[in-house]
Amino acid sequence: MRALAGVEDEEKWLAEGIAGIQHNAFFMHRALDANNLREVLKYSALMLSELRTSKLSPQKYYDLYMRAFDQLRQLEIFFKDESRHGLPVVDLYELVQHAGNILPRMYLLCTVGSVYIKSKQAPSKDVLKDLVEMCRGVQHPIRGLFLRSYLAQVSRDKLPEIGSDYEGDANTVMDAVEFVLQNFTEMNKLWVRIQHQGPGTVREKQEKERNELRDLVGKNLHVLGQIEGVDLEMYKETVLPRVLEQVVNCKDKLAQYYLMECIIQVFPDEYHLQTLEALLAACTQLMPTVDTKIVLTQLMDRLSNYAASSPDVLHEFLQVEAFAKLSNAIGKVIDTQLEMPIVGAMTLFVSLLTFTLRVHPDRLDYVDQVLGACVVKLSSVPKLEDSRAMKQVVALLSAPLEKYSDIVTALTLSNYPRVMDHLDDGTNKVMAMLIIQSIMKNDSCISTADKVEVLFELIKGLIKDLDGTNVEELDEEDFQEEQNSVARLIHMLDNEEPEEMLKIIYVVRKHLMTGGPQRLPFTVPPLVFSAVRLVRQLEAQGGNIAGEDVPATLRKIFQILNQTIEALSSVPCPELALRLYLQCAEAASDCDLEPVAYEFFTQAFILYEEEIADSKAQVTAIHLIVGTLQRINVFGVENRDTLTHKATGYSARLLKKPDQCRAVYACSHLFWVDDPEGIKDGERVLLCLRRALRIANAAQQMVNATRGSSGPVTLFVEILNKYIYFFEKGNPHITPSDIQSLIELINTEMLSDNGNTTIHSDPFFSSTLRYIRFQKQKGGVMGEKYDSIKL
Amino acid sequence: MNYLLGAFKPACNVSITFSDGKNRKQVPMKKENGQTALVPLFHSQDTISGKVCIDPYQGKKVEHNGVKVELLGQIEMYFDRGNFYDFTSLVRELDVPGEIYERKTYPFEFPTVEMPYETYNGVNVRLRYALKVTVTRGYSGSILEYQELVVRNYAPLPDINSSIKLEVGIEGCLHIEFEYNKSKYHLKDVILGKIYFLLVRIKMKNMDLEIRRRESTGAGANTHVETETLAKFELMDGTPVRGESIPVRLFLAPYDLTPTHRNINNKYSVKYFLNLVLVDEEDRRYFKQQEITLYRLKEDASA
Repeated sequence: MRALAGVEDEEKWLAEGIAGIQHNAFFMHRALDANNLREVLKYSALMLSELRTSKLSPQKYYDLYMRAFDQLRQLEIFFKDESRHGLPVVDLYELVQHAGNILPRMYLLCTVGSVYIKSKQAPSKDVLKDLVEMCRGVQHPIRGLFLRSYLAQVSRDKLPEIGSDYEGDANTVMDAVEFVLQNFTEMNKLWVRIQHQGPGTVREKQEKERNELRDLVGKNLHVLGQIEGVDLEMYKETVLPRVLEQVVNCKDKLAQYYLMECIIQVFPDEYHLQTLEALLAACTQLMPTVDTKIVLTQLMDRLSNYAASSPDVLHEFLQVEAFAKLSNAIGKVIDTQLEMPIVGAMTLFVSLLTFTLRVHPDRLDYVDQVLGACVVKLSSVPKLEDSRAMKQVVALLSAPLEKYSDIVTALTLSNYPRVMDHLDDGTNKVMAMLIIQSIMKNDSCISTADKVEVLFELIKGLIKDLDGTNVEELDEEDFQEEQNSVARLIHMLDNEEPEEMLKIIYVVRKHLMTGGPQRLPFTVPPLVFSAVRLVRQLEAQGGNIAGEDVPATLRKIFQILNQTIEALSSVPCPELALRLYLQCAEAASDCDLEPVAYEFFTQAFILYEEEIADSKAQVTAIHLIVGTLQRINVFGVENRDTLTHKATGYSARLLKKPDQCRAVYACSHLFWVDDPEGIKDGERVLLCLRRALRIANAAQQMVNATRGSSGPVTLFVEILNKYIYFFEKGNPHITPSDIQSLIELINTEMLSDNGNTTIHSDPFFSSTLRYIRFQKQKGGVMGEKYDSIKL
Repeated sequence: MNYLLGAFKPACNVSITFSDGKNRKQVPMKKENGQTALVPLFHSQDTISGKVCIDPYQGKKVEHNGVKVELLGQIEMYFDRGNFYDFTSLVRELDVPGEIYERKTYPFEFPTVEMPYETYNGVNVRLRYALKVTVTRGYSGSILEYQELVVRNYAPLPDINSSIKLEVGIEGCLHIEFEYNKSKYHLKDVILGKIYFLLVRIKMKNMDLEIRRRESTGAGANTHVETETLAKFELMDGTPVRGESIPVRLFLAPYDLTPTHRNINNKYSVKYFLNLVLVDEEDRRYFKQQEITLYRLKEDASA
C-alpha cells in the first residue's frame, strides 16, 4: 500500500519511526548505564522493531536504518564488555535469539555475532555461516537487504582473509569468500524481487527505488574484490563462476547490467583477461533488454587501458587470444540481440576496434576483420539513417586514421571503403575530409598508383557528385573548402620514381575528370602543377632514365596536360585555362619542345580571342602572355615573330587607352631579353615605346576632351622609366636625347595641366628624376652615359 | 479457602520444617492469590522427612484428640465445583490425644514416596502435593497447617526420537515441506528445522511458529479441552520465493512449559503442539499443527 501513499504521509511515518527509535534508545541507554542486560535486550528489541515498517520508501527506510545503526554501535560496545553484563558471549548469542520477532532478533544476533567472532571463542567461519544462514528468515526485500547489508558491514573487518586475525587453522580465505558470496547471492535475490512487490502501475517508481538500493548489493562485490588472498585460481574457479551464475540466473535487466558493471570495475584487469571466456559467455546470456554494449564497452576499455599500461602484459593478451574471444562475443551479442539499435552495434565495433588498435597495433588483419563484421551488420539494415549510428561509424573509421598516423595503412584495409559505402553522402564527405586532414596533419606522402586509386575511391564523395545529391543544397563555402582540401591532397601524392608518378597522375586525372564543372577549377590546377613538376624532374634528370625515351614520356605528359586543361573550357573557365596553358608552355620550353610550347601558346591565344571578353581579364591575360613569352627562349625566329606579333597586336587593341599604352610598352620587353643569348632587337623596342608614347598622348587628349583637364602624367613617367631601363641596358636605339625630350614633354604636360594653379609635383616623376641625378653624380660608365642629359 | 490462611484462632503456632530444608532446591510457584512463593522441590522416590513443631501461645494449653501429618496428592478440577481427588494419601500419627503446654516437636518421615505425577497448574485443573498437619480438637475446630511441595520427575532420554517431516499445501497455491529435527524435546531443548517452500502463489506477511498446549480434562461427554498459545516465534518476514528454505531455531528455555502429561489418573492430559502459521497479506492464516512430546531431562544431563 506504500505506493498509494503520498509523500506527506511518508514523512509522517518516518518521523514516527524516528521518534520510536529515539524513545526506546533512551531507555536502552538507561539500561546500558545500569548494566542491566535484560532491560537492554528488551529496549533494543523494541527499538529495532521500528525497522519492521513496510510503509517507507527505500530512501526513507535508509534514514531510519542509519539511526538504528548508530544505536547498535553502542550496544556492541556493551556486549563486548563481559564485565558489564556478566554473561559469556556464547550465552549471549543464545539469549538474543529468544526475541520473538525475527527482525530485531537478527539485528541483535548479527551484533552479538560480531562480538563473538572478535572474542575468538568460536571459529569465525562457523559464526559467519550461522549468521548468513539465519538471515534467510527475513524475506521481505527491503528489510532483508538492509539486514544483510548490516551483516556485511559488521563482518567486513572480521573475515578470515589472509593476514587477518581471524584467519588460520580451520578458517581460510575460502570461508570468507564463501560467506560473502552467499550474502551477495541472497541480497541479489531480494533486490531482484522488489519488482514483484506492489502493483504494476508503479513500475517506474520501483525501478528508481531499486536503483537506489543497488549499491547495497554491489558492496558485496567490492568486498570480494578486496579480500586478501583471493588469487587468480580461486577467482577463476569459485568467485567468478558463482557471481556470474547469480547474474545470469536472476534474469533481471537492472541487476544484470549493474552487476556486470560492478564485476568489471572491482576485479583486477589481469583477472578479467584470464577469465575473458567466462565473462563474455555471461554477456551473451544476459537478458535481451540489457544494454550489453555498454558492459562490453567498459570491459574492452579496461582491457585496452590495461594493455596500454605496460608492454609486459601484451603477451598475456596473445596468450588468451583476447581479440578472437571479444570479437566472437560481440558477434554473438549482435546476432542474438535483434532489437539492439544499429547504433549499439556500431558502438560495440568502435570499442572493439579501439581495443584492437591499442592491444594489437601490428595486426591490421584484426582491424580489417572488425571493419568486415561492421560491413556485414550494416548490409543487413536497409539504409543508415540514425545520425548517432552515423557518428559511431565515423568514429569507427577515424580510429585507424588516428592510430596509424600513416594513412597508407588504412588504405590497405580492404573493408574500409566498404564501410564508407554505408554512410550517407554528407557523412561520407565528412569522413573524406577527415581522411584528407589526417594526411595533411601527418604530412604523409602517398606514393603508389594503387594506393592513390584506393584513396580516391575512399574520398569519392568529394571527387564527384554522388547519386541523389541535391546540388543546390550544398553550401558554397563548405564546397570550396572541400575542394581546396582535395587540391591540397593532390600535392601529397608524390613519388620519386617518374614512371610511378606518371601512373599516379593518370589515376588522379581519371578520377578528377569525373568531377564536373564545379570541381574542375579547383582540382585541375594542382593536377597540372603536379604534372609540370614531374616534367621538370624528368628534364632535370635528362636522359638518365634507363630504357625509357624521355622525350616520348614528356610528350605523353604534355598531351595529358593539354587534354586536362581543355576540360576546363567546358566549365568554362578561360582565365584559369589560359594561365595553365602558359605554365605548360613554359615547361615545354624548358624541355626544348618547341612544337609543344607553340601549341600551348596557340591554345592560349585562341582562348584569349574566343573566350576572354572582359576587358579587365584581357589586360591581365595580355600581361601574362607577354611575361611568359618573354621568358621562353625555345622558339625559332619565325614562331617567335608570329607570337610576338600577335601579342603586340592584342596589346594595341585593348579597350582603354591607358591599358593599351601599358600593354604596348610591356611588349617592348619581348624584343629585348636581358641575357647573353637573348634576342636584342633595339629597333623594335624603340618602335614599341614610341607607339606607347603615341597612345599615351592620345589618352591624354581624350581625357582633356572629356574632362577639361588632362590627367596625370603617370603614363609618360612609366614610359620614361622604360626608356631609362633600355638605355641602361645598352639599347643603341635609345639615345639620351630621347630621354631628354621625354622629360621635357612631361614637364610641359605638367605645366599645362596645372597652368593656373601651383605646380603639382608627381612623386613618381620626381623620384625618377632623382634617380637620374644620382646616376649622373655617381660617375663611372653609367654616369658618363647620363652626362648628356640635362635636367 | 481458610486452610491457606492458617489458624484463625491462634491458640498455637504449627510449623513444618524439612530435615534437608537447607539443601533442598526451591522453585517458584504461583499461589492462588497471584503471588509467587518459593516451594521445596521433590522427586518421586524421595524420602520426605522433617519435623512438625507445635508452639502454644503464651502459656496457653492446647487440648487435642491427636496430631497427625498427611502427605496428600490431589487433583483439583475447577469446573467440578472445586472437588479434589486424592490419588495419594499417606498418614503418620504424631501424638495420642492429650494436652500440649509447651513447644513440642514431632519428627516424621515418609520413606521413598511414590509420587508418579508432577505438580501441574493448568487452566482447568491443578495437581498439587502438600503436607497437611492436623491437630484434632473436639470443639472449636481442628487446627490445620499445609506445606506445599513441588514434584518434578525426570524422564530418561527417549530411545526413539525421529524427526518430524511433512509436506503440506493448498492445491496450486502454497506448497511447503517442513522438518523439525526431533519429535521429543526436553524442556531446555532447542527446536531446529527448516521450512522449504515448494510453491508460493500467495503474498505472505510473515510466518510464525507457535507452541500450543492442549489441556483436556474429564472423560467422555464431560471432556473439557482448553488450548493456550504459550509461544509465538516469528520465523520469517515477507514472502519467500519458490525454492527458498527458512531456518528454524527456537529455544524452549524462555517459555513456561511442562512435560507432556498423558491421562494423569484418568483425570486429565496435557499435550504440546508446534503450530506453523503462515499469514498472508489479507491476514488469512494457514497453519499446520504437529504434536511434540516434551519431557523433563535431569538438569545436569541436559546442560
